[in-house]
Amino acid sequence: MVIAARTEREERVWAELAQIPDPEIPAISVVDLGVIGGVAFEDDRLHIKLLPTFVGCPAIDVMRHEITERLGALDLAGSVVVDVTFDPPWTSDRISEHGRDRLRQSGFAPPARMPSGPVGLIGIDDLATMPDAVCPYCNSPDTTLDNPFGPTLCRAIYHCSACRQPFEQFKRV
Amino acid sequence: MTASPGVAPLEPAARDALAELLLSVADDEFVIGFWDSEWTGIAPMLEEDVATSSIAQDEIGHAKALYELLAELTDDDPDRIAFGRELADYRHAALLNHARGDWAFSVARRYLYETADAVRLTALASSAHDGLAALAGKMRREETYHMLHADAWIRRLADGEGRDRLVTALFALWADAQEVFAPLEAGDRLVRDGWLPQPMSDLHAAWVARVRPILEPIVGDLPSLDSTPDGRRRRTDDFAWLHGEFTRVSGSEEGALW
Repeated sequence: MVIAARTEREERVWAELAQIPDPEIPAISVVDLGVIGGVAFEDDRLHIKLLPTFVGCPAIDVMRHEITERLGALDLAGSVVVDVTFDPPWTSDRISEHGRDRLRQSGFAPPARMPSGPVGLIGIDDLATMPDAVCPYCNSPDTTLDNPFGPTLCRAIYHCSACRQPFEQFKRV
Repeated sequence: MTASPGVAPLEPAARDALAELLLSVADDEFVIGFWDSEWTGIAPMLEEDVATSSIAQDEIGHAKALYELLAELTDDDPDRIAFGRELADYRHAALLNHARGDWAFSVARRYLYETADAVRLTALASSAHDGLAALAGKMRREETYHMLHADAWIRRLADGEGRDRLVTALFALWADAQEVFAPLEAGDRLVRDGWLPQPMSDLHAAWVARVRPILEPIVGDLPSLDSTPDGRRRRTDDFAWLHGEFTRVSGSEEGALW
């Protein structure tokens, strides 16, 4: 994202998007979640690039609807088009620092960081090995993975040995 | 899904070749997703209820995205492709013709399928088809969690009272597992045009080389088998039953949304 190049119209779009919550974890906005891949005005259309966290994420249609409605109400273009794309892929490193804080505050451990350097196709197999999760309640690193599959596609379940609370982590993907 | 504005329409033979490839991968993901969903509520433990349901949701999601790519290519409707075909028109590999069986059978099939799918997706991630390459790369990131799950269960069952069941299941499925790499009608063309970056036969060999060292210490020698030309065209009573299940809603009310 080239922030310096944003026009005033684009700034208004980004400001509005920053107010739209993720349907599954409402504490975090779609901008902080990193699912907005780009904003562009073309002719009389406003194009929003939407990057699904998971291919089968059922919240995509809700996000698409919400984005279309909210941006349509700003009346900046004749129509709003939400383009869902996997290029570039959403990765958990797209979650902003602010987003990671918001996750912690709502009881979710943020995803572990990607291994340093570019993740090639071979390195992808390392993603699923869960390196760590810090307990969002007591900040203890003494936690164990209970299940890499949780209540939604993007969440894993952990247990904290220090405060004995189960908690969820946003998966590294 | 994102249209590709400005891309010239493909000539019919090229379009059919690409459609056959997309349909084969989509149907594999779709059918295994439905078989996995059969475990929701009755898996051996709560964690597995959640895991198999989540994995099934991933697979159906992958199928949906692939059907959408295909529908864009052939000017069709993704739901029609998924739910509106006769039995004979599905193109999943024979590995996915079997009912879920017991837990060991499902674990054995999942392991065979996940390892084969990983080899295929790694190839497709460098497809000359940009949309397919991007989708395959993204799917690969998710499938790595499925790999981890299948791998953990294979090792767990191999070292306990489930061993006999696991061995029986692996032998029962071994021949049909080769069919994930069954030749496609337009296979040569797909490779020539770069849509499938390597021939199926190469992918097949890579997969066998990967799974033999893991499986043979558990089951003993596994025969070297070829895939067969009708490996994606054979249908069974088990699949006929599943087809009846997953088309029930769309069949009872045409155009229904759910």
